[in-house]
Amino acid sequence: MSATSPTMTTGAAVDLEMPGATAGAPLGGLAPEDMAAVRRDTLTRPAIYVGTGTCGLGAGAGRTLEKARAHLTESGVEADLVEVGCIGLCSAEPLVDIQMPGRTRVSFSEVTDKKIGGLLDQVLAGDLPAEGVLGQHRNGGQEPYPDVPFLDEHPFFRPQTRWVLANCGVIDPEQIDEYLARGGYSALERVLASHTPDEVCTIVEASGLRGRGGGGFPTGKKWRFALRGEDDEKYLICNADEGDPGAFMDRAVIEGDPHRLLEGMAIAAYGIGARKAYVYIRAEYPLAIDRLETAIAQAGARGLLGTDILGSGFDLELVIKKGAGAFVCGEETALIASIEGRRGMPRPRPPFPAVSGLFGKPTIINNVETLSNVPGVLSRGAAAFSALGTEGSKGTKVFALSGKVERTGLVEVAMGTTMRQIIFDIGGGTRNGKAYKAAQIGGPSGGCIPESHLDIQVDYESLKEVGAMMGSGGLVVMDEDTCMVDVAKFFMQFIQSESCGKCIPCREGTRRMLEILERITSGRREEERHDTLHRFKGVMYMERLASVIRDASLCGLGQTAPNPVLSTLRWFRDEYEAHIFERRCPAHVCNELLTFEIDAEKCKGCGLCAKQCPVDAIMGAKKSPHYIIQEKCISCGNCLSVCNFDAVTVN
Amino acid sequence: MAVSDDIGRIVENHPGAGRDSLIGILQEVQEAEGYVSRDAVARIGQHLGLASSKVYGVATFYNQFRFNPPGKFHIQVCRGTACHVLGSKEVLDAVCRELEIAPGQTTRDGLFSLEVVACIGACGQAPVISINGEFHAKVAPKKVARVLAQYRKEADNERD
Repeated sequence: MSATSPTMTTGAAVDLEMPGATAGAPLGGLAPEDMAAVRRDTLTRPAIYVGTGTCGLGAGAGRTLEKARAHLTESGVEADLVEVGCIGLCSAEPLVDIQMPGRTRVSFSEVTDKKIGGLLDQVLAGDLPAEGVLGQHRNGGQEPYPDVPFLDEHPFFRPQTRWVLANCGVIDPEQIDEYLARGGYSALERVLASHTPDEVCTIVEASGLRGRGGGGFPTGKKWRFALRGEDDEKYLICNADEGDPGAFMDRAVIEGDPHRLLEGMAIAAYGIGARKAYVYIRAEYPLAIDRLETAIAQAGARGLLGTDILGSGFDLELVIKKGAGAFVCGEETALIASIEGRRGMPRPRPPFPAVSGLFGKPTIINNVETLSNVPGVLSRGAAAFSALGTEGSKGTKVFALSGKVERTGLVEVAMGTTMRQIIFDIGGGTRNGKAYKAAQIGGPSGGCIPESHLDIQVDYESLKEVGAMMGSGGLVVMDEDTCMVDVAKFFMQFIQSESCGKCIPCREGTRRMLEILERITSGRREEERHDTLHRFKGVMYMERLASVIRDASLCGLGQTAPNPVLSTLRWFRDEYEAHIFERRCPAHVCNELLTFEIDAEKCKGCGLCAKQCPVDAIMGAKKSPHYIIQEKCISCGNCLSVCNFDAVTVN
Repeated sequence: MAVSDDIGRIVENHPGAGRDSLIGILQEVQEAEGYVSRDAVARIGQHLGLASSKVYGVATFYNQFRFNPPGKFHIQVCRGTACHVLGSKEVLDAVCRELEIAPGQTTRDGLFSLEVVACIGACGQAPVISINGEFHAKVAPKKVARVLAQYRKEADNERD
């Protein structure tokens, strides 16, 4: 890449042969008739798809894949074995789809390595099993199976609007042709051929697309700041440092459909006039990094990245930077410091990165989901994009639904969908009939949504009203067995260890706040009178401390750090009060506040608990019921977790 | 010495590198050697023209870098939110109890090392632990001993 060409080539100035909208050489040299084959609209032999995203592999998809391969070789069946990303229904992993020639593609849930052989035999013989069928895809022109529900009618998928996730779990992410065959890179082609960077910014502005990483800043407006900059070097950074514990949207999008992100990045880079772009991705996501590297190489080979993209004169170099595990690097200026090879500490703004960012040049930082929305915005058009959603929030939002909910996974809904729909219709409600308590949204910067506010819409503003925030999309459901004080403590521990230490309110304030929460949840066995005083003093000052941290911290991490505490305090004050005044934990989570007892009826006298007790507080003869000496017990909970007969009870 | 060769090779792969390559080089070194040694810090600093203190300062800032050799099996226990509400604390306790080490330590026989990570990103399968990059989903505290025994057996078989 030359550093000398000073101006951006704009669409109007392209003097090279332009690929026409209808005719001309197809993208990547693929003829239309080949496209149908690549899309697997028509098959000559069976195709077997195994979902091998990180969550699929966790559930054993790797072994299923191996077994399937061995089984096919053994039985001498000619079939295609395709690795796909995650379709989103993590709780039903490993997921396997089978498509017979002329028939629709059918998804099967929980196909372990033990089940795959039998399943293959049965389906390849033309029969479907009675159990484990998730649903069939809608493949136009193919004969559907009678009496098998369609996948888009499944309660998990029906309420969803899958724009960003359209290809996830459907296509092979390591084959660029599959993305091209589904209209991939056509938005980039059109942009390069017929739009100026200014027009790109205008379209994105008109679409109402806002940053999906947390802040919700209008994307087009942000791009325009950088476009206006006079510098000859500008940078685009894709923030894939998904540090929010409990969120995995970015990982799944990159693992399942990496080319969508690349196309979005190319359009964004063109829109702001950048010729070098970075993907800052967590090192904890090895599979996503792998897929991204493959995708970049493939796109480069097809002339969709690199120099003179599609003959337009536009150059883009893409570099992967692996993050080294620091939550604060989600903050723009800290992320820039990290790419520059320094400690990831934020600096005061202004100047904003759009004016002076990486290496002092104008830099735009967008998150994965934002950039993955961009091809859709351009191909659908701004009006169609903004037709979906609420007044201030347009398009869709991807959530990582997890925790104590029946169906966990990746969910993409139209803005304006209610939380109740997401948790109860899509997620299927809480597990084992337990009562719903709260949903934590927005991770360590967010808050929780109680039962009474479940009808709130997914929308940047309305979430703020209840003290939560959109965040990046982590959505963790909690039931009656979750202690909200413990959750607040958990987040405070996280923030406290991730605070970079640069500014005092965050570094010291979060530590003090954690101490207060620890005192509330600690036992009184060794408590002396001044400890009690400290405990009450802490409670009195907690809200004031929270407001100081919020108002005086340097960056977003600190400013939002008290949110989990404030939010749980707002909706679950009674739980705090039970901990403080009654010294009990209603959800039976805070160990030190519990008393453990052994149910003599259930105890078989195996002696395991006595062996694991660190203070020898459990007595009893072999094969006769044991008992706990309460004066000695330190409430560590070991006996409860090791007992195989559920004989240990807590109060 | 094989150890220094790795560092030499990695450093040579980055000719004329500036500070922005520092984290990448540290990652490569850790991948090759399992940790960032004193020697590595000094030599990387020399190559990039940075004081060792600066290199060390950056390395200690990020959670990813270790300064002690890991065990043969490196265990990562996920402590993300989803894992937390589904009992990852008890899982972590069970691992500690089973191996008799604390997070950040390595067992005496050098077989296991334990690390707590913020989130692996497999929240749908919580609670999750990862051993040498291999995921174990929906781990109950009671399952921990069995999982670890598998690895012990694997090591025993290799030794024979």
